Amino acid sequence: MDTMFAETPLVRVKRRRESLARGVFFCMSVAMILPLVAIVTYLVVKAWPTLSWNFLVDIPREGMREGGIWPALVGTIYLVFISLAVAAPLGILAAIYLSEYARDNWFNRIINLAVINLAGVPSIVHALFGLGAFVYAAKFGYSIISASLTLAIMTLPVIIASTREALASVPQSFREACWNVGATRWQTIRSIVLPNSVSGILTGVILQVSRAAGETAPIMFTGAVFYKAVERGTLLPYYLDEQCMALSMHLYTISTQVPGVEESLPYATAVVLLGAVLLVNASAIALRVVLRSRKKW
Amino acid sequence: MTPTPAIEVRDLRLSYGPREVIHGISFEVGRHEILAVIGPAQSGKTSLLRCINRTIEFVPGTTVTGGIRVNGQDVATVRNVFELRRTIGMVAPLPVGLPLTIYDNVAFAPRCAGLSRKDELDTLVERCLRQAALWDEVKDRLDSLGTRLSGGQQQRLTIARALSHQPEILCLDEFSIAIDPVTTMRIEEVLKELRREMTIILVTNLTQQARRLADRTLFLYNGEIIELDRNEVVFSDRPGNRKTYEYVNGIFG
Repeated sequence: MDTMFAETPLVRVKRRRESLARGVFFCMSVAMILPLVAIVTYLVVKAWPTLSWNFLVDIPREGMREGGIWPALVGTIYLVFISLAVAAPLGILAAIYLSEYARDNWFNRIINLAVINLAGVPSIVHALFGLGAFVYAAKFGYSIISASLTLAIMTLPVIIASTREALASVPQSFREACWNVGATRWQTIRSIVLPNSVSGILTGVILQVSRAAGETAPIMFTGAVFYKAVERGTLLPYYLDEQCMALSMHLYTISTQVPGVEESLPYATAVVLLGAVLLVNASAIALRVVLRSRKKW
Repeated sequence: MTPTPAIEVRDLRLSYGPREVIHGISFEVGRHEILAVIGPAQSGKTSLLRCINRTIEFVPGTTVTGGIRVNGQDVATVRNVFELRRTIGMVAPLPVGLPLTIYDNVAFAPRCAGLSRKDELDTLVERCLRQAALWDEVKDRLDSLGTRLSGGQQQRLTIARALSHQPEILCLDEFSIAIDPVTTMRIEEVLKELRREMTIILVTNLTQQARRLADRTLFLYNGEIIELDRNEVVFSDRPGNRKTYEYVNGIFG
């Protein structure tokens, strides 16, 4: 009996290799956490003297050397929400067309190619496009609307790609079963495909929040300013045809353009930006868990 | 005058891109007949079914020539293809419980067709589930998910769904490959009941199943009809073609 399951040298080697491979993969995945923890710790420690509720709701004072970040925070929220309000419906509808309706012909291949290439365009190029298209050609001027539309163009291809991914995760057999009983494509999409891909679609959209909030280049040319005087703590300080401040832009300004800024100020701004993004991402994960638990196969 | 056959296929050719997979086949299926289609993999059995209800259109790059008439009407010229598909119940090899409740699985097709009255739907759902021999097992949990049923139950649910749009023709594509023998026998009993109401095309890998259930059997091989005859002939010692004898008796090679 012992001889039957006895460990041969070959088996021993295989077993060691197995645990070595496992160990390497494990270490790599743990290593992923380290940079995040390091960055967050470093930022929070550096920012600690400035972080307070007052810092959030106060306006910048003394030529942005003191005070808070309220106008920039609200500006970022404006930009992110307006850009997503434009990009999400457009992107989701386009993705539904591409993955559920489009046949494999030259026209749709060109669309596909365009989407892929658009996703790879650097943000500074989007900025120049936004400047030409929205600020000058469409005569929106340097404004929140121009900056938001530029961000929307930037996030659109990624939203299309992630939505297509989510739609593709719904098994083809479900669609065929629907078509076999005489359902139209739209009936199939509405009753089967969308309800079962909504968690993936929303996650893809929400992840673009962090990207839109973090980009500086596209808004710098199209609608974000160094400083704009607004009242402390007001909820609606901007009109859409005005320029606004934004967190990413503000961070750039006080880090590089203004001499004599207290050291903790840029760090505190970074913490707020990071915190806002993490908050949004966490809510995306929570939403995903809730929707995923309702998934039905 | 003889009544119009339920399905009439004339010189049907099907190509996937440049590759022709069905090479001009012709046959008829009479009303209330059970026609079995047998043949090894890649013979074009499933493709044939998909041509009949025109879901072949969803496969990119296919070309269909020749005519298929359902109830005397050429399917290629049918305007309301959705109505055509409702005339034909289709059951796939692997059971597909849609990610909906059991009730909604069966009510899906009628709802798509515009039926919304609760009492009518209730009656229809119960009738279809009874016809598919599933009612007794699920009547107390119509609100639970169809995808949580066992494989055999899901296949009967699929049949119930195929019946829910009151088809005149029922096509089953190797319905028994993923289910146990007991369930298979139950479904076979169901089919014997159903033949009074509809025409059945039964694609199967089990020659014995074809022998048990069908009136006639069509032996399809590499996109051509080798033989189509009454079961007494196909499964006799002297069918029309020697290949049929070899295939049916498992000495094909």
